[in-house]
Amino acid sequence: MSVFDSDIFNFIKPKNELEEQGNISDNQPFVPDSMWIKCPVCKSAILSSDLADNQMVCPKCNYHFRLTARKRIECTVDVETFCEFDKDLTSKNILDFPDYSRKLSKAVTTSGENESVITGTAKINNIKIVLCVMDSSFMMGSMGTVTGEKITRAFEYAADNNLPIIVFTVSGGARMQEGILSLMQMAKTSGAVKRHSDKGLLYITVLTDPTTGGVTASFAMEGDIILAEPNALVGFAGPRVIEQTIRKKLPKDFQTSEFLLEKGFIDAVIDRKNMRNTLFNILKLHIPFNKGGLD
Amino acid sequence: MNAFEKLCLARSNNRPTSIDYIEKVFDNFIEFHGDRRFADDKAIIAGIADLYGRPVTVIGLEKGRNTSERMDRNFGSAHPEGYRKTLRLMKQAEKFHRPIICFVDTSGAFCGIGAEERGQGQAIAENLMEMMTLKTPIISILIGEGGSGGALALAVADEVWMLENAVYSVISPEGCASILWKDASKADKAAQCLKITSQDLFKLSVIERIIREPKNLNDNKLFLGLKDLLNNTLNKKCSIPIDELLESRYQRYRKFGN
Ligand SMILES: [Zn+2]
Repeated sequence: MSVFDSDIFNFIKPKNELEEQGNISDNQPFVPDSMWIKCPVCKSAILSSDLADNQMVCPKCNYHFRLTARKRIECTVDVETFCEFDKDLTSKNILDFPDYSRKLSKAVTTSGENESVITGTAKINNIKIVLCVMDSSFMMGSMGTVTGEKITRAFEYAADNNLPIIVFTVSGGARMQEGILSLMQMAKTSGAVKRHSDKGLLYITVLTDPTTGGVTASFAMEGDIILAEPNALVGFAGPRVIEQTIRKKLPKDFQTSEFLLEKGFIDAVIDRKNMRNTLFNILKLHIPFNKGGLD
Repeated sequence: MNAFEKLCLARSNNRPTSIDYIEKVFDNFIEFHGDRRFADDKAIIAGIADLYGRPVTVIGLEKGRNTSERMDRNFGSAHPEGYRKTLRLMKQAEKFHRPIICFVDTSGAFCGIGAEERGQGQAIAENLMEMMTLKTPIISILIGEGGSGGALALAVADEVWMLENAVYSVISPEGCASILWKDASKADKAAQCLKITSQDLFKLSVIERIIREPKNLNDNKLFLGLKDLLNNTLNKKCSIPIDELLESRYQRYRKFGN
């Protein structure tokens, strides 16, 4: 999206923060189409099939390329257990915002998805879960009303069926083309998280690169257990907005997963290759003791 | 008046700030400070007061009334400790069965190193989640600028009201114009498109009530009118069984995009 290469915020005052940020790089989830891929961090050339076999993680330096939601689901849950909710729910240009309809249809074409989140049920080593996976290739994972609706329905389903829920986040923030209705999704999803939580059920968040703005300030930070992939950008305001507000350079590693871990805002940083197993181990320890075992 | 003119008016330094409302609508206000974790955030003023004899908790985002106050109060842009002070006093209100009245006036939560280090996103998120099930009535009133998540963190409520010329937006129109059209000067167009005025938001069911503004905003009529309105509304809200109140609070937000 054009948003992410813009040289913006040349004004001083309103330093708003939930919008899609101008500072997040435009690298889309990586789909290898040529034989050799250059790692953006260590610059090594990697055979694309090797990269795909390694869950899109650089074998040399452990750089985690972005994943599409479908690929993420494939890496995380038992084969053919994912059962999708609300696949056909699509956004409308409710406020009649200029150019939004075109951007929506372009997002559908480029991402192959109908919205910035995919939801459903699945199993991890035979433990049934509800799963929400956001996709950065759909308008940078921005939160529109349908995004909020799908996530809310997923939490409500999990609450009604006494299921744990796992949410993988990736988002540039609120979707400004939906105005205040996008903001309202923060309250709506938070309400659904609270109801699920009040039933004594487990919610695990997995933060992936980047998670910012309105998603950080709502369900992303509301998990009972919050995990993150290595070196993901996670914050409320984007780095460039902060630099322009305070007129200072930011320290290195500011707003990375590791930074949040040090500051006490996440439980653990987990490599992608260990994520499925870590999730399984956490889920296993949340099966009520007196009911024992897996089904 | 178009949306951009309203935005300018909403930001104007001549408007009453939260302190004015607190002083003129309530009696016996006692300010309480601090989040008990890190610091006291002066961008948020909070405490207890009485409204026709009824004890209430009052919390407001405060921009400051003159230059030195504005500096002192960080122009009404709160840090995480401000949102945590808010939540602490809301929990206290719940414990003592006091209704909560919030005044919202901010361009947004502060963007800075300390704010990120101390979890701005987490602080706002926690407020949204906890306010949804707080067992006491909550009324939020947007009196000037309602900037994004930093405003919403005081506006998960049973009813949200807006002053006639207040605005409420997911992003500042300048920010929106810069990102979408690479041109902050198109803020007037963005203000129009974003639907930020009280009239637009009433139509979208984001607010329950528009508070008419007298010619002179410092006219006591405004404050006395608000006082009676709050009193009548709280009489009604306090008589609703708490489960029903919380269900309708949940549905109030659930309806957006359903
Ligand atoms: Zn590498």
